[in-house]
Amino acid sequence: MDLVLRQFDYWATTYRRTWRGSVVSTFVMPLFYLLGMGVGLGTFVDEQSSSELPDGVTYLEFIGPGLLATMVMMTAIFESTYPVYGNIKWTKVYDSMLATPLGVVHVLNGHLLYVAFRAASMSVVFVVVLAAFGVVDSVQGGIFAVLAAVVVGMAYATPVFAYSARMKSDNGFAPLFRLGILPMFLFSGAFFPVQNLPDAIQWLAYLTPVWHGVELCRNLLLGTVEWGADLAHLGYLAAWIVVGWLLARRSFGERLAEGA
Amino acid sequence: MSESATEPTGEAAAEPDGPMIVARGLRKSYGGLEAVCGIDVSVEKGESFGFLGPNGAGKSSTMRMVAAVSPVSAGELRILGMDPATHGPQIRGRLGVCPQLDTLDMEISVRENLTVYGRYFGLSREECRRRADELLSFVQLTEKANGEVDELSGGMKRRLSIARSLINSPDILLLDEPTTGLDPQARHLVWERLFRLKQQGVTIVLTTHYMDEAEQLCDRLVVMDKGLIVAEGSPTDLIQEHSTREVTELRLGVGDHEAVAAEVKDLADRVEVLPDRVLLYTDDGEQAAVAVNERGLRPASVLVRRATLEDVFLRLTGRTLID
Repeated sequence: MDLVLRQFDYWATTYRRTWRGSVVSTFVMPLFYLLGMGVGLGTFVDEQSSSELPDGVTYLEFIGPGLLATMVMMTAIFESTYPVYGNIKWTKVYDSMLATPLGVVHVLNGHLLYVAFRAASMSVVFVVVLAAFGVVDSVQGGIFAVLAAVVVGMAYATPVFAYSARMKSDNGFAPLFRLGILPMFLFSGAFFPVQNLPDAIQWLAYLTPVWHGVELCRNLLLGTVEWGADLAHLGYLAAWIVVGWLLARRSFGERLAEGA
Repeated sequence: MSESATEPTGEAAAEPDGPMIVARGLRKSYGGLEAVCGIDVSVEKGESFGFLGPNGAGKSSTMRMVAAVSPVSAGELRILGMDPATHGPQIRGRLGVCPQLDTLDMEISVRENLTVYGRYFGLSREECRRRADELLSFVQLTEKANGEVDELSGGMKRRLSIARSLINSPDILLLDEPTTGLDPQARHLVWERLFRLKQQGVTIVLTTHYMDEAEQLCDRLVVMDKGLIVAEGSPTDLIQEHSTREVTELRLGVGDHEAVAAEVKDLADRVEVLPDRVLLYTDDGEQAAVAVNERGLRPASVLVRRATLEDVFLRLTGRTLID
């Protein structure tokens, strides 16, 4: 662990120098979605009242937690694509780290911790904003929702690290963004219940980690926790993290230990 | 720079006086391709040791194994008495590595590139700052300390890379083609700094395909070709062994070369015909030049020079272009 923490100054310095550029995508954009869809579209949806939303839940309350999970997913994925590929291929930052006592696993975990920090910081801000809109049921619920959002982020970061570390050119990111992330964002259950989707797509949605994350965050924030279901969501996300991490470790080892 | 920044650490001082690097039958293969085909090398403490060779000779592969980042395929390798397979982190903690392509971080400042790097070796923040300032002054970049890496020239970046590789006061400094791509002024500045480190007793291992660099910096060197060592010795020894003391270069009109070469064949130990000149390898270049003149040959120009490592190198590895 000491060897992982030795990278703290590096990532802190990098963040100090780059956070301004990420403010819009990580803090402002979620807020726009919340205002545009939660408040704007929400008023319209709530007035139709034929809503399939759970009892007494406004549209703002419905999509607020969903936006938390999906926005963290997007940031975590993005932070695991170009930054990882660039550190391998362009700046060779990982190579410079590996010339020191640090090993591949330390370098991997150091960068993953940074992604976790990014996920956590945006989650905290977003949950505080949600609280201001009256969407957060309890303080504990808010804290656990932040943790859950970080878990969602890591469930995506680890496999995407593995993917990015294998790529020979950055052409592979376009399909990932267009065919992977966009559908997951739209059909995650964040904006409407996935039961509204055709059966086949519904089952696909159940397979994505983000649907489990949306459900988990929603239950935690709205105070509607169902232990059995929510632990299952958490377990499913944890499984993605574990498998993703094992794949990432393999990709990093093969790519970096021989510098191909 | 103060002595403390380049002196071996306390741990290193306890090291027995054995060689810093020993390789026996060292091999590296990538899939079916053999990059290093069994080499024996030994580098002593305080020595400046060079790997010379054309592109693809196996220099960089060897360096990566010595840097304990690339596993040995076969043979034995000991660095500071340790096996890189089992003591990689300990070895890397005592090496300074200046890679062929700069791996500096563009998003953080010049000074931060050093302070952040020192942390990887477990140095305290205060120690990192102190050493960073010392090293920046050593490589003459103090004025650029808070600037962006992107604004540095190629030579400055290279000096920053060298400074970074010294942040942990390494026992061995590994330099992979330290001046490739630099202009002459920048090269001389890098050489001068490396020469100072050498004087301070730092063990330096470098690869290069510049012969003047090897002559300036290396006490001893090996010439590699196609994954094998084809010659070994000090620059002077190698010149003596594989070349003559002097070379007389005759520049002639186009097309005359082969004919002239036949006429002067007996005047030198060896005659080489190039597209633009004929080279006479001899121990007395002046005498050869006079003899050429006496035979009534009138080259456009005659140059008598000392034989260099370049003559040795081309003799051993050939003049064919290797990409």
